[in-house]
Amino acid sequence: MSASLDLPEAPASAERARKGAVRRTRTRAGVVSLVLLAACAVLAVVALGTGSLKMSPAEVIGYVRDIGGGYPRYVILHERLPRILTALVFGAALGISGAVFQSLTRNPLGSPDVIGFSTGAYTGALVVITVLGTGTSSSAISVGALVGGIGTALVVYALAWRGGVAGFRLVIVGIAVTAMLASVNSYLLLRAKLEVAVAAATWGAGSFSLLTWSDVLPALVLVGVLLPVVAVLSGPLRQLELGDDAARAHGVPVEPIRLSLIVTAVALTAAVTAVAGPIAFVALSAPQIAHRLCRSAGLPLVASALTGAFLMLLADFAAQHWFPQQLPAGVVTVVVGGVYLLWLLASEARKKAS
Amino acid sequence: METDERPTAPAAGGATDAAGGAVGADVPVRALSTKLVGLGIALLVLLAGCALSLTVGSTSISLDVVWRALLHGSEDSFQQAVVIDDRLPRTVAALVAGLGLGVAGALIQAVTRNPLADPGILGVTAGSAFAVALGIALAGAVAPSTYLWLAFLGALVATVLVYTIGAVHRGSVSIARLTLAGVALAALLNGITSGLVLTNPRSFDALRAWQAGSLKTRGWEVIVPAAPWVVAGVVVALLLGRALNAVALGDDLASSLGANVFRTRVVAVLAITLLAGGATAIAGPITFIGLMVPHVARRISGPDQRWIIGFSVVLAPVLLLVADIVGRLLLPVGEIPAGIVTAVLGAPVLVVLARRYRVAAL
Repeated sequence: MSASLDLPEAPASAERARKGAVRRTRTRAGVVSLVLLAACAVLAVVALGTGSLKMSPAEVIGYVRDIGGGYPRYVILHERLPRILTALVFGAALGISGAVFQSLTRNPLGSPDVIGFSTGAYTGALVVITVLGTGTSSSAISVGALVGGIGTALVVYALAWRGGVAGFRLVIVGIAVTAMLASVNSYLLLRAKLEVAVAAATWGAGSFSLLTWSDVLPALVLVGVLLPVVAVLSGPLRQLELGDDAARAHGVPVEPIRLSLIVTAVALTAAVTAVAGPIAFVALSAPQIAHRLCRSAGLPLVASALTGAFLMLLADFAAQHWFPQQLPAGVVTVVVGGVYLLWLLASEARKKAS
Repeated sequence: METDERPTAPAAGGATDAAGGAVGADVPVRALSTKLVGLGIALLVLLAGCALSLTVGSTSISLDVVWRALLHGSEDSFQQAVVIDDRLPRTVAALVAGLGLGVAGALIQAVTRNPLADPGILGVTAGSAFAVALGIALAGAVAPSTYLWLAFLGALVATVLVYTIGAVHRGSVSIARLTLAGVALAALLNGITSGLVLTNPRSFDALRAWQAGSLKTRGWEVIVPAAPWVVAGVVVALLLGRALNAVALGDDLASSLGANVFRTRVVAVLAITLLAGGATAIAGPITFIGLMVPHVARRISGPDQRWIIGFSVVLAPVLLLVADIVGRLLLPVGEIPAGIVTAVLGAPVLVVLARRYRVAAL
């Protein structure tokens, strides 16, 4: 977006053309965002009406507006809405987290799930479930997941540090740490009793089922607090996208800004993982899809958030209703996202070859 | 649209050259006598590893009892049973699986010129494991001898897929892209596997130990059919050594030296399939043996692929045996699967390698 700010001596006509292009891109991003928002709303209303108690979208809206709606209103507001709202908000959080990480690493694969924070959060939660034996009390799991995710982030960042963090090193170090933690995870599952192991593995696959308002409220509040922080940091983030030297020349304190962006993005991912379990590939694919939809230069944060929200809700909807047995949403996202990632790599390869 | 390239391009072309230069660039050329002495020492270590594997465990059995049990049966029927029915098969399983993984790793690193390659990291063993899990989920309890063919099939499909995606141009391969393609494929396959597992918890229980890479429950019924294929893979790998040396110089130079690069690659992929698929059928998806062993072998032997493969043949079983023995000793009750021990040992190696090779072009 601000890439051409470096060229103040550009001729006036070129300058006008550039401004026109920027305006067109911005308009496109705005339109795309509005369309995504509408798509999220429509899907949410459809999802609110789907289940063992079926309702048409008009009925759903009617029951929500009618205070004396009785049982259907209870089902909508207390059974389905927490799950749907959580999917939307968490999807948005993952989308933003992914966009921040991919911008920082300058790499579509530098998203928190690839770098291994989700696996670390899973490790933290597994330690709580299987070692400390607190069962599946959600607050204890959340704390374990937060500690695991943030601890993993710090370790990966420290190991990849060599006078700064290069994208490739961060990704490979993340893969190594993920492999190690995945081993620890399977060890923890192995030494657990089968029932505990199956419960932990269900959580570990990333699921929104059985969430009530009291489970999700702390995480929703945390995400709500973090979003303004991201908005404040988005300006320096755009500067960082130009390269460290250019950002420094513009007076951006590069490493402190990078670290605070990383902490914020990790906190977003960890908040999601703490409640829903590790959800792979939404953080990876949402910013890339948004980037292609908006045809923007950088990774658009708002559109990434909305794409993430839509993908997450769609994945959860599919996992809930499209299979003979309810699956965790994370299983759907990992398969769809994995296919998308391979396609991304393959299409890049084709572009390189031609 | 140069700015448009940046967020979407996972790897720049420069990484290919970095890879070609990186492998073998920092290793000395050794004299033949040094290599032979090294190989002799490695063989002695392997023998010691086998002896340890037969004696160490929840019940410690002295070496002469083991010897008698192996030759003409011990008086003590319990010790006899432990040695013959438990420790002998798992030692042989570690030997064969280690052989397969180590040589597969050496082949993959040579043929892709990628120092970070490993059948586990590149998703080959995940392909095997997925095929086996699919077989179990769709056809119920599958006999271990059927595992083998599913494992071969999965390894072949995964290898070809990852290589196709990782290859940029005329078969040349970028370290970063190949690694990421492998990790992506492994994540995808593990995702489907976990979906299968969640919808069928009973097969889950049967799979848990195997998926963690354990040698404990491996009986002869899976070792015996797998071993000949793994050995065949090793023979092919050794015969391929000279061509791999040429390929290490780069495709163009290799072709001008008269090597058939394409045929070498195809044969190498088939050998990798036999080696990694056979090893996975025996021991489950074990990562990092194939990463670590060729690097150690290269340090000892120098850049000649025939010697790297030769040393991998001896060193990889040593590593898996050690991982298995350590896993037996760490817990007072029960044991840690060897695959978990190798990952904990190997992940730091990957970190060190990622820090050493300056392949910042991503």
